[in-house]
Amino acid sequence: MIKVNGELKNLDSISLLDYLNNNGYNVKVVAVELNGEIIKKSEYVNTCLHDGDSVEIVSFVGGG
Amino acid sequence: MQIILNGKPIEINDCLKACDLGDYDIFVRNGYGIDSKSQLCDGDSIVAVKKGQMPNEDNLKQMLFARNGQVFSKKLDKACVCICGLGGLGSNIAAMLARAGVGKLILVDFDIVDPTNLNRQNYFVQDIGFKKTFATQRLLKQINPFIKTVTYDMYLNSENCVEIANNADVVVEAFDNPACKAELVNTILASTNKIVVAASGMAGIGSGNIIKTSKVLNRLYLCGDSETETKEGVSLVSPRVNICAGHQANTVIRLLLGETEC
Repeated sequence: MIKVNGELKNLDSISLLDYLNNNGYNVKVVAVELNGEIIKKSEYVNTCLHDGDSVEIVSFVGGG
Repeated sequence: MQIILNGKPIEINDCLKACDLGDYDIFVRNGYGIDSKSQLCDGDSIVAVKKGQMPNEDNLKQMLFARNGQVFSKKLDKACVCICGLGGLGSNIAAMLARAGVGKLILVDFDIVDPTNLNRQNYFVQDIGFKKTFATQRLLKQINPFIKTVTYDMYLNSENCVEIANNADVVVEAFDNPACKAELVNTILASTNKIVVAASGMAGIGSGNIIKTSKVLNRLYLCGDSETETKEGVSLVSPRVNICAGHQANTVIRLLLGETEC
């Protein structure tokens, strides 16, 4: 189980980049914390989500 | 007994009322406006104002922040906040923080004021054609001549934002473009230990009640409704942008005063 934005999900191990792309996120407009640590965008491809991980994804929309 | 009147200690007789201090119209004690018939107590710190009269510089600073309360003012006066983007959010946040008594603001924007800004941004016709950094700095000095400002007329990105933000206690993300918002937030969170107060979702004329502040990551507070983006047919309108700017400014002040909950 992996917790994504507070919600438990039954997921196989997957790269963060694939998770974001498969779930409708635009990588350009997100910030992601994995187990409390911010993940640099360049590391999304090399970061694998594992059982027990907790992920927080914030997505920005335009306007200001 | 001794009281402080407009910053100076004075000896007064017991049983005096505020109106006995002289020809003043407004009396403020501990951030609260008191009646002229109020009894004075030993140790009171009173700011007294004569309406219609320009005070000298020493008294002006006392008077500007009299209603903020003293403990509050001392902490904020020592604080430095970096505002990234001086559009609908940033220009209004800057003015609010200046009014609240934040001592130093770092102001960053690459743009100049144009007529389409005036529907929501804190500029005036006289500012059209001027750099937003200059126009904001000019306005802030009108609100509070004692505020310290540092301006950067530049396009902020992942290459240059860390050095600028490192001088601040709190960083405010006040950009328009979502990719720029994400780039700034990611870079500051990854490369500094600063707290960021960002915004997402304040376009349109939806209810102001759904604009809120959330602590979404360890060092990231996010203000807005998280959904309503600007696009053709969904514009940015002054009140809703200001509600969001108010959330951001309020969060900054709370953080500077040690309140970390939303």
